Amino acid sequence: MNLPAQKPENDMPKQVAAQLGDLALVLDAAGVAYAPDEHTLLVADLHFEKASSLARRGVYLPPYDTADTLRSLTALIMHYQPKRVICLGDSFHDVDGHARLVNAAAEAISSLALGRDWVWISGNHDPDGKGSLPGQVCVEVDLRNVKLRHEPQFISGTYEIAGHLHPCARIEQRGRSLRRRCFAINQNQMVLPAFGALTGSLNVLDKAYWGMMHSGNAKAVMLGQTAAYAIKANRLLPD
Amino acid sequence: MVKPAATGIDFANAASPAILPEPFLKWFSSRGWQPRAHQMDLLSRAQAGRSCLLIAPTGAGKTLAGFLPSLVDLTLNARERKQGEIHTLYLSPLKALAVDIERNLQGPIRDMALPVDVETRTGDTPTSKRRRQRISPPDILLTTPEQLALLISGSDAKRLFAGLKYVIVDELHALATNKRGHLMALGLARLRHIAAPGLQMIGLSATVADPDGLRRFLVAQPQDEELLADLVIAGAGAKPDISILETTERMPWQGHTARFAVPDVYAAIAKAKTALIFVNTRFQAELMFQELWRINELDLPIALHHGSLDASQRRKVEGAMAANELRAVVATSTLELGIDWGDVDLVLHIGGPKGASRLAQRIGRANHRMDEASKAMLVPTNRFEVLECQVAIEANYVGAQDTDPVGEGNFDVLAQHIWGVACAGPFAEEALFIEVSSTEPYRFITRALFRRVIEFVATGGYALKVYERYARIMEFTPGWWRLRHPRLAQDYRLNIGTIVESPSLLIRLLKAKPKGPIVRGGMVLGKIEEAFLEALVQGDTFIFAGRCVCFEGIRENECVVTDATKRDPKIPSYAGGKFPMSTFLAEQVRALIASPERWKLLPEEVADWLRLQQVHSILPAKQEMLVETFPRGNRHYLVAYTFEGRMAHQTLGMLLTRRLERAGAKPMGFVANDYALAIWGLEDMGEMVRHGKLSIADLFDQDMLGDDLEAWMDESYMLKRTFRYCAVISGLIERRHPGKEKTGRQVTVSSDLIYDVLRRHEPDHILLQATRRDAAKGLLDIARINDLLSRIQGRIIHKRLEKISPLAVPVMMEVGKEPVSGAANEALLGEAEDDLINEAIA
Repeated sequence: MNLPAQKPENDMPKQVAAQLGDLALVLDAAGVAYAPDEHTLLVADLHFEKASSLARRGVYLPPYDTADTLRSLTALIMHYQPKRVICLGDSFHDVDGHARLVNAAAEAISSLALGRDWVWISGNHDPDGKGSLPGQVCVEVDLRNVKLRHEPQFISGTYEIAGHLHPCARIEQRGRSLRRRCFAINQNQMVLPAFGALTGSLNVLDKAYWGMMHSGNAKAVMLGQTAAYAIKANRLLPD
Repeated sequence: MVKPAATGIDFANAASPAILPEPFLKWFSSRGWQPRAHQMDLLSRAQAGRSCLLIAPTGAGKTLAGFLPSLVDLTLNARERKQGEIHTLYLSPLKALAVDIERNLQGPIRDMALPVDVETRTGDTPTSKRRRQRISPPDILLTTPEQLALLISGSDAKRLFAGLKYVIVDELHALATNKRGHLMALGLARLRHIAAPGLQMIGLSATVADPDGLRRFLVAQPQDEELLADLVIAGAGAKPDISILETTERMPWQGHTARFAVPDVYAAIAKAKTALIFVNTRFQAELMFQELWRINELDLPIALHHGSLDASQRRKVEGAMAANELRAVVATSTLELGIDWGDVDLVLHIGGPKGASRLAQRIGRANHRMDEASKAMLVPTNRFEVLECQVAIEANYVGAQDTDPVGEGNFDVLAQHIWGVACAGPFAEEALFIEVSSTEPYRFITRALFRRVIEFVATGGYALKVYERYARIMEFTPGWWRLRHPRLAQDYRLNIGTIVESPSLLIRLLKAKPKGPIVRGGMVLGKIEEAFLEALVQGDTFIFAGRCVCFEGIRENECVVTDATKRDPKIPSYAGGKFPMSTFLAEQVRALIASPERWKLLPEEVADWLRLQQVHSILPAKQEMLVETFPRGNRHYLVAYTFEGRMAHQTLGMLLTRRLERAGAKPMGFVANDYALAIWGLEDMGEMVRHGKLSIADLFDQDMLGDDLEAWMDESYMLKRTFRYCAVISGLIERRHPGKEKTGRQVTVSSDLIYDVLRRHEPDHILLQATRRDAAKGLLDIARINDLLSRIQGRIIHKRLEKISPLAVPVMMEVGKEPVSGAANEALLGEAEDDLINEAIA
């Protein structure tokens, strides 16, 4: 057991820059992507009210997941001050998730949406959208020729940013295995990590990613405590 | 106040003679036997209606003593019995033990033609048989604590146990002190409630440090009073003949493999009829087995037995052992408890015994007859272990014991039990509280805490009450609770038990390398922990089930391997035994080091090592603690000889590095073994002490266990793992079942996330309280650190050295592999990224 007792030198949050076609992005260690030229914040798989959804079948996870997710999201919105927020689907864990939001949560979302565009891309968990919450619901958004959608389609030659898969990556460094949520990226595609407080994750080498990690320049931007780390695809390991 | 556990007359000293019916007397005399004194003593007390604890060494006829009251009662009162009721319930910690006992009971029952039927019921019993057992149970049911929990959660529990007269708990000392035992204690209380008045408990135990804890365990404890079960102690058996294996090889400074001693171990096996070779871990077992076969010129039948092997393979070894077909078995603790194995005449124990009681248990496996001396040899694997073995031998002769106390039960186990009670039918909260607080592990629980656990079972017990309409159990009328839906009883049955194994995968051996994603056929070798597989890449070799295999990958939920062509396996890095050295042995080792006149008992090179230490540094007196500081390479070291076991040292290391950081010593890391702790840093800590910038006394001040501990625990990986265990046992998250999920990943990840969310929003939640209690007690050994810190106050000797001391060598050579802190993981991620950058530049 050899334990470095020191903290990393640099305690400032560190971001990783990425480019998808004409769209420049900043990938934040907190798990969101920000497009500065578009003043747009992208976030995927919020899974609000996952805990209350599971409670219905007798599994009682802490009923604080929505509050926790919202708290993190609020901090990021305060930091980036985006003009537009796009949620890439599965914002609610199930179809009546929005209806189960406690008043305080619904109000918090409304005030976050105040003065900015808010887009809910619908996902497989929340095909019916957002109920009475502000913002517009759609299936796809086009941002500088990049398609934003919930479920990635991996169509060659088109640029795409999606969620749905909850990517994570694993590496081994000095004999230690490290597994973190991540952004999965190659030349054309990007899959955002799930942002929800109680969401699980799926290794980027799984077949559900259609081999996107095998194409040129593929990498995983792994999320650390205070920084994001770009790891080349050939360093990644399956679970 | 302590009083015997029966109202009215004090039977404890009454010499009412035991009634032993004719067939029994004949049976004893036909074999030329006499009933032993403790067997008759136990019988007479049982016949007087009393619950008893029998303490006896192995081979003392403990099993027969335990069953005698029940067999006699069944013989005398055969006609009065009702169908569909169990007369005697026998609980054992091991399935194999229950099976073994069934075999041992069938003999006398057949010989005496007793009107008694005996059956086992374990997880391996076919469903049809288990179903039949519920309708038409045997007189004597042999089972495990988990099966008891299942049985009492059934709606037919009242009928099954209405006529129950005896409960026999075997190996009580091993069961009572952990979560399994605590769940069993609650189950026993339930049985007292269900069965007709007069239910008697008989506990069978090896010698323990505190028999009263076990005596209280066996009887219901009223409030404000202590009741004790009767105590019957069998006379001590013949003194065991224990020695340290003599070797001509050089004793290593460090290491745990005993590779150097393999030829001597082999020679000892060759001389014995049948030898049992105990090791402390599975990997030691694999290695020893492999090494023995490498030099097995006589082709002796030597087998391997450990908990990860496939059950059928284990049964095969056990069968061969019972039939005296084997000359040696290399085994871990799976063979430790009282199973009766053929003619073992030698026990070899590899590594430090870690506890005197543990050693006595293992040695008891040789010559399983009380009046013959067991023969045992200890094989220390390094120099400190020589000291440990030496003091353990002396301890065994003086009969000193270092068993764990029963301990306080935790809320996770209680939550599981309450859910189970609800599955059997509606219950009254107040009555259940009285029942629960009558058990030894839960005597402390307050009414308010009990209520919180009930609320936890109902809806997760959160301060934010939003799950009421989805409740698992509901208060349908004030003070009365019932299950909301029958389906929830099924969930309970799938999540029962207190053993949370780390996720493991089946390991399958293929003849050829798999070509596609789907594999068929191949032999299942056993199970292997996912954590170990994580570190492997395809082509890596390791030893499993006695063969060198090559890792091919994970297919579906199995680990696929082929036979390795290479001879030299990648042995998993192994960091010593999982049992920390007991406080008692540690004290004895310190005393031995402090008494040069006793060193003549030690091998010469070990005594020389201690003498060298006297010359180059100093040896502390028994109550003192030595701290050395010295430079080495470009680092500065601080080594503390604390002797509190690896677990306590790990915690201590974390806390000390935090303090050194604050003192400006720039600590970089630490390493620990059972005996010492070495911390290294960039600053010269000896120099800092000299200039008054660092005080060793302040460094080891007891206030370390205050804020530093709190701050560290909250971010500790160990706490997250403990939380997962508590979450599974309490029923907060579901247990994994084969085929349901690919691996344990999903559970692991989500329990970490749940922990984080809960800690941020409800740090006082009952499950977090349970987690901290478990961590403080078990994983972190806080109590032991506390004792150390108070003991050494004013007794720390600091020695500033120019170079490393002889005593420091073993810990400095230790290579450990433990989870690193968050900051260190970040550094590794950064490093991985830098590799990428370097690659790009190069």
